[in-house]
Amino acid sequence: MGELKLMKGNEAIAEAAIRAGVDAYFGYPITPQSEVIEYLMVEKPYETTGMVVLQAESEIAAINMVYGAAASGKKAMTSSSSPGISLKQEGISYMAGAELPCLIANVVRGGPGLGTIQPSQADYFQATKGGGHGDYHMIVLAPASVQEMADFVSKGFDLAFKYRTPVMILSDGLIGQMMEKVILSEHTPRWTDEEIIKLSPWATTGKPASRERNIITSLDLDPYRQEEHNIHLQKKYKEIREKEVEYEEIMCEDAEYLFVAYGSSSRIAQKAIKLGREKGIKAGLLRPITLYPFPSEAIRRLSQQVKGILSLEMSAGQMIEDIRLSVDCEMKVEHFGRMGGVIHSPAEALQALEEKIIGG
Amino acid sequence: MKDEISEIVNVENLVYKKTPLMTDNILSYCPGCGHGTAHRITMEVLEELGIGEKTIGVAPVGCSVLAYEFMNIDMQQAAHGRAPAVATGIKRTWPHKIVFTYQGDGDLAAIGTAETIHACNRGENFVIIFVNNGIYGMTGGQMAPTTLPGMKSSTSPYGRDVHIMGNPLKMTELIAELPGTRFVTRQAVHTPGNVRKAKRAIKKAFENQMNFKEGINFVEIVSNCNSGWKMTPVHSNEWMVENMFPFFPLGDIKVDGELVNK
Ligand SMILES: Cc1ncc(C[n+]2csc(CCOP(=O)(O)OP(=O)(O)O)c2C)c(N)n1
Ligand code: SF4
Ligand SMILES: [Mg+2]
Repeated sequence: MGELKLMKGNEAIAEAAIRAGVDAYFGYPITPQSEVIEYLMVEKPYETTGMVVLQAESEIAAINMVYGAAASGKKAMTSSSSPGISLKQEGISYMAGAELPCLIANVVRGGPGLGTIQPSQADYFQATKGGGHGDYHMIVLAPASVQEMADFVSKGFDLAFKYRTPVMILSDGLIGQMMEKVILSEHTPRWTDEEIIKLSPWATTGKPASRERNIITSLDLDPYRQEEHNIHLQKKYKEIREKEVEYEEIMCEDAEYLFVAYGSSSRIAQKAIKLGREKGIKAGLLRPITLYPFPSEAIRRLSQQVKGILSLEMSAGQMIEDIRLSVDCEMKVEHFGRMGGVIHSPAEALQALEEKIIGG
Repeated sequence: MKDEISEIVNVENLVYKKTPLMTDNILSYCPGCGHGTAHRITMEVLEELGIGEKTIGVAPVGCSVLAYEFMNIDMQQAAHGRAPAVATGIKRTWPHKIVFTYQGDGDLAAIGTAETIHACNRGENFVIIFVNNGIYGMTGGQMAPTTLPGMKSSTSPYGRDVHIMGNPLKMTELIAELPGTRFVTRQAVHTPGNVRKAKRAIKKAFENQMNFKEGINFVEIVSNCNSGWKMTPVHSNEWMVENMFPFFPLGDIKVDGELVNK
């Protein structure tokens, strides 16, 4: 059994990273996620597990440090918030192209631009559709609690190494800043050099005479080979879509109306459902845990049962596009969400369900 | 005929052989370009120091983007200008490996200025080989941060007007001032004598990395870009001596952490 602690979501990511045997964290301060690097600097894991913690000169440098470490087979991660994640897109695209495993946490704040430091879910498109240039996807995990902030660190690395792809934890300022109970897992030792060479034979660890040189690159100037590479990436994403979808169904058995919400909004939706049921409105919640791959099948299945779907997101409506695609626009799907850092209340969410879905 | 050749090719007559740390791939560089020589002497140094098996190189974006096709060691290709950050990630997590970046002037002194200065200032322990040809070779000869005043390029077709386009940047002098650099030198590879000197400098840079825990070892190589400069290889080297060297003087700038007074 692990250790029980009261922590902020950001601190939970940092503590989980130390316990997961992560080799390196490279970051740059930005609200509302600076606690990640602050916590690591206080804990000094470089003196205990040997984990490297470095404050880079920018988010661009940080993601490229992750690139270097990941390309050498190390478990490397970074975290930031929206404006900083925008700066990382170049590096993420390169890592997707070069097929490098890594973990990136985005503690989303309101935008566009410098926006606000308050929570938002407006980076859904950027996270799930690619974000940088080229045809690629990350695996995107959406924690809804401090517990999941911690759990998704090792889960994220497992997926990253399984598929050799960047993985993103897409949370927001609410989950990053709020304090909750969290059960921390036991310490997993960092991989030894020998384990790295065995686990990641593709990594640049120094070329012995016994093998060809390892090259990590996203470049291939030959269009036909580059197309082959793209086909290979697309196969990988297809496999991810087939095997790695995760979601949670809450009070869906008898539901006549469905909320689809992830992260903070899924917590608000649960309260809205409770309020609704007190009034006799039978609503349920489908909470995507993976945003890429998206739980389209589950939504399609539930659409046979319910009369309408409300997408609840702290944005102008981004995930709603994936919900509509899931049901082939054959059912009423509407969006509700506050923007710019404003958090919708359960009452507002229920009212939106009544007006846009039940009454509309 | 065959006998004659095998007589010439015997051990006593052997004055040069290709290092096995260069692959047999045909260099993608224009004939006469300095990049190939810079590659070769870097790889010869790794061979002579016996560190090829523990070295990880980082290729830039520029004409040398395909350096990994020619250098027979483990290599990574970095985004434009980010090689010093990538190398930081490698060296910090594999401190016992030998790490170097190989970068052009656009890569290192324009888009990668922040990554270069901060890696140098943090005192990262890797080698930077900086090939300064005063131009963006790969993209077809546009103005670089190192393009000389008055020098023509495709984006300064009437010559670099420093009042409009700004001044060339002496990145090497700049980073020599930082406490995190150990060895900073400027070399060239256009004559056999210069090749030998440049190779000695590269060797010192790698030896420093092996012997110390901290400090960037930075070797600038002022080189020609005969294609971008639109000159013959021979003329480009003459032009380089006459025009580039006065602005980018050759020699050591910082040795063992101390600035060299001239
Ligand atoms: C982000 C980005 N911007 C621009 C380019 C286009 N580009 C490729 S190489 C290059 C200049 C390289 O010049 P330099 O570093 O001097 O190398 P050289 O080719 O002269 O050796 C540029 C601008 C790119 N690949 N990526
Ligand atoms: S374009 Fe210039 S730098 Fe590039 S290979 Fe040709 S001569 Fe060398
Ligand atoms: Mg150049």
